[in-house]
Amino acid sequence: MEVKIKSMKHEDFKDNEYIDKLVEELNASGTNVVVGKLDQLINWGISNSLWPFCFGTSCCAIEFMCLGAARYDMARFGFEVARNSPRQADYIMCQGTITYRMAPALKRLYEQMAEPKYVIACGACTVSGGPFKNSYCVVKGIDEIIPVDVYLPGCPPRPEAMFYALMQLQRKIKVQKFFGGVNRKEKRKELFYAHDAQQVAPSSPEEAQEATNENLNNQE
Amino acid sequence: MADFQEQIGNLCPEAQFDDSGEFLLVTVPDEKWHDLATALKNEMHFDYLTALVGVDWKEELGVMYYLTNTDTQDMIHVKVATTDREQPRLHSVSDLWAVANFQEREVYDFYGIEFINHPDMRRFFLRNDWVGYPLRKDYDDSPEKNPIPLDDEQNEDNTYRLVEDENGNVTRIDGKVFEDEEYVINVGPQHPSTHGVMRYRTSIEGELVKKVDVVSGYIHRGIEKMCESLTYPQTLLYTERLDYMSAHINRHCLCLCIEKAMGIEVPNRAELIRMMMDELMRLSSHLLSYGCLTMDQGATTAFFYGFRERELIYDIFDKTCGARMSMSYMTIGGVVADVHPEFINDVRHCCDVVTEKLKEYHKLFSGNVIAVNRMKGVGFLSKEDAINYAVTGPSGRASGCHCDVRKCHPYSLYNEVEFDEVILENGDSMDRYMVRMKEMEECIKILRQCCDMLEKEGIEGEYIAKVPKLIKLPAGHWYQQVEGSRGAFGVYLESDGDPKPFQKPYRLHFQSPCFNLVGVVDLTCKDNLIADLITITASIDFVIPDIDR
Ligand code: SF4
Repeated sequence: MEVKIKSMKHEDFKDNEYIDKLVEELNASGTNVVVGKLDQLINWGISNSLWPFCFGTSCCAIEFMCLGAARYDMARFGFEVARNSPRQADYIMCQGTITYRMAPALKRLYEQMAEPKYVIACGACTVSGGPFKNSYCVVKGIDEIIPVDVYLPGCPPRPEAMFYALMQLQRKIKVQKFFGGVNRKEKRKELFYAHDAQQVAPSSPEEAQEATNENLNNQE
Repeated sequence: MADFQEQIGNLCPEAQFDDSGEFLLVTVPDEKWHDLATALKNEMHFDYLTALVGVDWKEELGVMYYLTNTDTQDMIHVKVATTDREQPRLHSVSDLWAVANFQEREVYDFYGIEFINHPDMRRFFLRNDWVGYPLRKDYDDSPEKNPIPLDDEQNEDNTYRLVEDENGNVTRIDGKVFEDEEYVINVGPQHPSTHGVMRYRTSIEGELVKKVDVVSGYIHRGIEKMCESLTYPQTLLYTERLDYMSAHINRHCLCLCIEKAMGIEVPNRAELIRMMMDELMRLSSHLLSYGCLTMDQGATTAFFYGFRERELIYDIFDKTCGARMSMSYMTIGGVVADVHPEFINDVRHCCDVVTEKLKEYHKLFSGNVIAVNRMKGVGFLSKEDAINYAVTGPSGRASGCHCDVRKCHPYSLYNEVEFDEVILENGDSMDRYMVRMKEMEECIKILRQCCDMLEKEGIEGEYIAKVPKLIKLPAGHWYQQVEGSRGAFGVYLESDGDPKPFQKPYRLHFQSPCFNLVGVVDLTCKDNLIADLITITASIDFVIPDIDR
């Protein structure tokens, strides 16, 4: 029985055009020698000891358990210490369908995690609702409630695919900057607006800058 | 059948009968239903409520009850309906069959039917602020009505009962789930030891559990409603996502049900392959529950051992079905492809390995003094309660029930193989664990016999029957049960005989074993230590998406 499987070509695994572009962009805007090195050091540390937060709601979670077990052994990459508390985890790997009833809980857990935090949407359900897209109570992709760093399709994804997603996350982390503030997730301005409900939304960037300064002054 | 008809006719002259289906169908008016139900249970010994299915027949809303006599294994089903769509009310039978408690709450959640004399009328799967009843045919599913909620759910302590007095007047009595002075601890919904997203609200006194309120629905995906807008082959997909640890078995069940309705004869070879897949699945599932149960008690190494052997089974699935999980292998009329040429050898090898390893597992864990102390005599479930709460599968057999569907209502080729039904007597956590360990040996026994049978058939053969491209069922309803990894899994299928080319099921209900299992959490945990809550639920072993569907 001949089975032909169309899959990703081997070279494609290494093709990370958008990440290369990101690195270029960052370098073009100039890197400070001292803090640049510091960033590298930090990123090296974070990307090699990513601790997952167990958040398995259904079938995909079983494959994640296989990832932790002997054959696939994710400890090789520094992913092993699955945490049960959001406070101690670096990234949340969301495995399984998120329903309307679960959505507030997921959002809250995400908010409880300490920065820097990352999200992997693992499985078709979390990417787009998957097989349950037409249901009356399934969230159609977790990016409707929390920001997602890596999308991992599959129903369920094979453990190899999960590794690929995790390594993709590592690559992404390696180019982030802490001191430059270039790709921090929440911009300072937006943060202030989100937390200050009285504030009227600014119409232009200049206005926004002014408002923020004022705001800062007031707080002082 | 005629026998039952006469007996029931004497008990309730208003009943109407129809014996054209597979079981005798009794239709009774709601006013007479509770009296008849009492007689059915006490006089005719129908003590096991196999399934309770809510259906919307457009002009009527109602419930189908499937009842089994555990001595003779006879089954009948009863239809009770009401024409009132504004305020539908039926009489509860939760005082007779305890399992009806949660199931009636499910029907209330989906159809809005209120049950008179039910002790605790709350929604089960959906949030309290949900608008509408989703499984009604006229449900409006526009997202504006029920947007994604981003505010935290409020704990709802209020509940109500409808009580009927002698003159038939119904009054509403409000009540509370927990009293103000009770000390309530919340476990879940996101807790690693609840094996998924389950939430228990436990009231404790010192360290002893007084009451557990199960809050379910965190993974309710609305499968039954979605199935009503899909064709039959498409619905098969969802069965594997219910209890993903018995994916093949659940799919087998729906296939059998559709084949029964269409009158398709499945080739022997296909049935044999299906049966082997079922048993492999069961083996894999029991290995997983061994791993999880041990890990919940702190034996992390044992977890790795369980998973190591599971990989062997995954490899077999991978070779033949092309996927490790969610295999989509069985189909209406047979299986989608013949087995891999190395299939038989692989299965034999797997059987040998697991037989050897089982000894190791016992050495490692079963006799361990911590394990014995934490499981022996803990979480007791009596035989009567097991039947009353319709607990089946390994958990039911640990309490001494004879409830293996493979023996009671043989399907597939289970008649042709030799195996024992493992039944233990104590009904505690230890026995539930032991039943699974012994059942693995039985699985291996079955698999070995099947290997020989398949070898006789040759390496290739007919693996699928001739099935029409467009699947159409005549009008009617069918019920099929199989023995899942965790208990009796049933499918209720109703067709309206729609002549359109792509026919869709009118109603498809999955009677999942885990739904019944979760009903006994309160009973088994009561007066045990709060620390044992986790071991007891792990030994009962349910899969949450199977409960919530
Ligand atoms: S993506 Fe597939 S396997 Fe994963 S949770 Fe959803 S249905 Fe299950």
